[in-house]
Amino acid sequence: MAAIVEIEDVKKVYDGGFAALKGVTLNIEEGEILALLGPNGAGKTTLISTICGISRPSSGAIRVGGHDTVSDFRAARSLVGLVPQEVNLEPFETVWRTVRFSRGLFGKPKDDTLIEKILRQLSLWDKKDTAIRALSGGMKRRVLIAKALSHEPRVLFLDEPTAGVDVELRRDMWEIVAGLKADGVTIILTTHYIEEAEAIADRVGVINNGKLLLVEDKDALMTRMGQKQLRIDLQDRIATVPPALHGFDLELAEDGGSLIYRYDTRADRTGIAKLMAAMSEEGLVLRDLQTSQNSLEDIFVGLVHEPEAAA
Amino acid sequence: MNWQAVKAIYIFEMARFFRTLMQSFISPVISTSLYFVVFGAAIGSRIEEVEGVSYGAFIVPGLIMLSVITQAISNASFGIYFPKFIGTIYELLSAPINFLEIVMGYVGAAATKAMFIGLVILGTAALFVDLSIQHPIAMLAFMVLTCLSLSLFGFIIGIWAGNFEQLQLVPLLIVTPLVFLGGSFYSISMLPEGWQTVALFNPVVYLISGFRWAFFGMADVPIGLSLLAIAVFTGLCLGAIWWIFKSGWKIRN
Ligand SMILES: Nc1ncnc2c1ncn2[C@@H]1O[C@H](COP(=O)(O)OP(=O)(O)OP(=O)(O)O)[C@@H](O)[C@H]1O
Ligand SMILES: [Mg+2]
Repeated sequence: MAAIVEIEDVKKVYDGGFAALKGVTLNIEEGEILALLGPNGAGKTTLISTICGISRPSSGAIRVGGHDTVSDFRAARSLVGLVPQEVNLEPFETVWRTVRFSRGLFGKPKDDTLIEKILRQLSLWDKKDTAIRALSGGMKRRVLIAKALSHEPRVLFLDEPTAGVDVELRRDMWEIVAGLKADGVTIILTTHYIEEAEAIADRVGVINNGKLLLVEDKDALMTRMGQKQLRIDLQDRIATVPPALHGFDLELAEDGGSLIYRYDTRADRTGIAKLMAAMSEEGLVLRDLQTSQNSLEDIFVGLVHEPEAAA
Repeated sequence: MNWQAVKAIYIFEMARFFRTLMQSFISPVISTSLYFVVFGAAIGSRIEEVEGVSYGAFIVPGLIMLSVITQAISNASFGIYFPKFIGTIYELLSAPINFLEIVMGYVGAAATKAMFIGLVILGTAALFVDLSIQHPIAMLAFMVLTCLSLSLFGFIIGIWAGNFEQLQLVPLLIVTPLVFLGGSFYSISMLPEGWQTVALFNPVVYLISGFRWAFFGMADVPIGLSLLAIAVFTGLCLGAIWWIFKSGWKIRN
């Protein structure tokens, strides 16, 4: 596969002097779905804005489909669709006009059949003559997507498309993304939800403090992220883990008042049922149970402290 | 050239205008009528004629210019300020279009609206006074040029403005006084000599004078000079807009 977006050592310093991107190099392959993860203020939106032409790179180069985004901006931008993070829409216009406007702006001839198809796909067809201000938040977000799709982009940027969106719409969104991928569209999305990256991405990039900390195949990354902990509080303290439980990945905590069990959520069996059975055979009485997942924040902290990953 | 984009912007902007067509129509009709009542009737009864033209007819070109200039500026400045304000400008910035196409769409729509208002006022005025237009084609051409050049100017204000107050500031503090002092309601030759010289530094004088020439065949300044003034003004505005988009000033960080 060839890279459709090539980002070479891109730096972005905002007017105030703040360095939001500190040298990002990344190749995005044609047809892949890349999820960008990173805490608030990491530089995800800045990176996307710089690729799409909303802000200019302070240094470095970006090419889309081989076209430089500054010197050959027309060719580059006509391949790119953007769904921004903020819901920015003309409040008094209807859905139909707004979407049609986007297609024209990108220089494409009128195609009402296509726009109808897109609106139906996004369940917006019965709202087509409604003014934007009379739509719900989730519908507005879908209008943004319809606008971006209206000009048939080959590369689509989705900046937090599922923030503040209900579960059902999130599933719909994933389906749409899968459908676009099947049509050969390259998709870059940012998200704060690991499950989302897990559900749809081929590759995952982690960005923090304006630096790309890693880009990795999803499956490899998910193994690292998928660790979960089960904390078992015991009625009576124990001094050591009983030999009968040595087969489990257990750790004693709280001065023997609880056991920590680590397991992989994506393994065929988590081993929890077996552990519970073994514990009751040992006569250990449970007071409480609690599970916790490696949070995205934990992973960021881990990444920042791992010198080889940060390099 | 991305003509589809120019068309899309133009149509989208005109839709806003059509949504409020009644307002756009009624307010110039009412204000023009008021001007005729106040200036035509009250002052006109004391000043019978100016340079051989009845005072009522004499003020028509100035009245039209007054509205056309304010409308062109406010339409164009609002047209580009609004997307900046609500954030939809992201789409213009990420679209495969250059500054000329953006300008043609927005300025074209703003100029069309101003032109419409100008014609409505002309029609209203014809109800109050006898109007014979000596150079009708030149009159229309002059009106189109004024709409376009002032819309360009308004476009710059819209990009510059950081809030709604600033959007009003330039029209209110600079343009309105210049228009009123530009001979809308009197001939420059009616001013004391010193003030006549001062008036020549007011660009609006050239617009109104040229426009009045198209109506009555008489002008405060030669018609060629009026055309030159518009051309220079338009050139300056275009240059400024070209620079704005090249540098990204106020729009692209
Ligand atoms: N126009 C701007 N001028 C100055 N600084 C900016 C500007 N836009 C963003 N920044 C700064 O750049 C940094 C990166 O912001 P960015 O919006 O790219 O983060 P993000 O990763 O998208 O965060 P989030 O998850 O909250 O959307 C932040 O510190 C932000 O304050
Ligand atoms: Mg963001």
